[in-house]
Amino acid sequence: MTAWDFLFAPFVEFGFMRRALVGSLVLSAGAAPIGVFLTLRRMSLTGDAMAHAILPGAAIGFLISGLDLFAMTVGGIGAGLLVALLTSLVARVTVLREDASLAAFYLISLALGVLIVSWKGSSVDLMHVLFGTVLALDDAALQFIAAIASVTLVALAVVWRPLVVECVDPGYLRVVSGAGATIHMIFMVLVVLNLVAGFQALGTLLAVGIMMLPAATSRFWARDVGALCAVAILVAAVACVAGLLLSYHANLPSGPAIILVAGVIYLVSVLFGPVGGVVPRLIPAPHRAG
Amino acid sequence: MSLMRQSVADPRKAAIRFRNATVGYDRHPAIHHVNGGIEPGSLVAVIGPNGAGKSTLLKAIAGLLPPLDGEIRVEGCPRRRVAYLPQQSEIDRSFPIPVFDFIAMGLWRSVGLFGGFDRRADEAVAGALATVGLAGFERRTLDTLSGGQVQRVLFARLILQDSPLILLDEPFTALDDATSEALLGLVLGWHAEGRTVVTVLHDLHQVRDHFPTTMLIARRVVAWGDTRTVITADALRSTRAMTEAWDDHAPICRHEDAP
Repeated sequence: MTAWDFLFAPFVEFGFMRRALVGSLVLSAGAAPIGVFLTLRRMSLTGDAMAHAILPGAAIGFLISGLDLFAMTVGGIGAGLLVALLTSLVARVTVLREDASLAAFYLISLALGVLIVSWKGSSVDLMHVLFGTVLALDDAALQFIAAIASVTLVALAVVWRPLVVECVDPGYLRVVSGAGATIHMIFMVLVVLNLVAGFQALGTLLAVGIMMLPAATSRFWARDVGALCAVAILVAAVACVAGLLLSYHANLPSGPAIILVAGVIYLVSVLFGPVGGVVPRLIPAPHRAG
Repeated sequence: MSLMRQSVADPRKAAIRFRNATVGYDRHPAIHHVNGGIEPGSLVAVIGPNGAGKSTLLKAIAGLLPPLDGEIRVEGCPRRRVAYLPQQSEIDRSFPIPVFDFIAMGLWRSVGLFGGFDRRADEAVAGALATVGLAGFERRTLDTLSGGQVQRVLFARLILQDSPLILLDEPFTALDDATSEALLGLVLGWHAEGRTVVTVLHDLHQVRDHFPTTMLIARRVVAWGDTRTVITADALRSTRAMTEAWDDHAPICRHEDAP
């Protein structure tokens, strides 16, 4: 088999592979920087919780109009935003902290979601919702993913400065501006949108993977926020291409294949990443003079 | 042009008025029934034992904590313009943000949420860094700095905030003598410029040597006025009798408003 056969032929020959490639690459561009901010805000598990919170909305959409991406998407966004809103509200007006409040709401949401899916759908359908269908992206789904990625990148560019200030010194933002709560909500909305976009392609569970694994990986390669985002996008893109090729040649499900490739890149980075990886720390390097 | 004028507003006007002010959490006062005022241009040290309500009082002046009762009014300086330096623990020091970006937050008032930075901003940041002895640190990230360097960076940001009212919460704790002295020099400089400065401190020698006015508190105002008359053995002894514990069933406080 030539390199052409291995690397390019699948995409050239099959339309569904091209769609999967475009969809997952565009998704990466939006989701990976969101993941970087989640890790920097010590909210790495928030993405996972929110992904579960989306489930009942998607399930209700599924209940009403079957396996229809539009209905499930609207439902997912609705449920995600509702949980994000309630979480913030409870955290701000009561003694409960944001993380505990989110845990409570996403568990309620998840239980509801499983209940609804098992009430009407079969377990095959549930698998579909949970693990996605990157190889069956239609035009509408691709446009939707592209729209969300565009909104994400523009929104990040606009709120970048207050968002960074909110991460590093929230107290300062509270003194000089009342925008802290708004910025936080905008960010949570972006998290929800990207998870919903991801569940089109990868399913609710794996959507978190393309968001968080490249973000965690980027910490081993870069130091400042802009560079972290760039590395995360690159890693996510490589994982998408390699994962799709792996799934094609080895006849594996594509979603898990993409996330597993991202996982392998993460593990390699943990070991060999130049910024605080295991091996570079073990190699004795003569210290500098100043 | 009017905008320009605003940015160099007369720094000599900020005053704080307390009217029977009580601040605390969950109906329990951290400090209660504060009456009095801090005059424009004064340099005030707030001292007292741990748990006396010093940080809470500062937080309330900064507008981060509404008083449970009474009123704290800041005159001559909008709330959003107050320069407030909290204790270091509230800042995420592991965040990989370049020193330039961090300090440039101090220009918030002139640059805002979304405005761009021009040459003047670059020069202002470089100038502030040089003033605190960190010239050339612009590209270093916050997570690579030592504790003392972070405190200098925070002071550089205070310089850029150019506020008529500056609130400092234990600004010299855990600093070596040289750093502490350099930063104290900045504080005295602000005082000389006519800004109002309120500082929580623990080092009584430092207070005696440099701060004209002192507020000694122990969940209430024990003594407040000229530093020489406030820091007395008797006054300090009386603060030791302060109860730090919360009593869940403490009766409703029936303090008479009139002095």
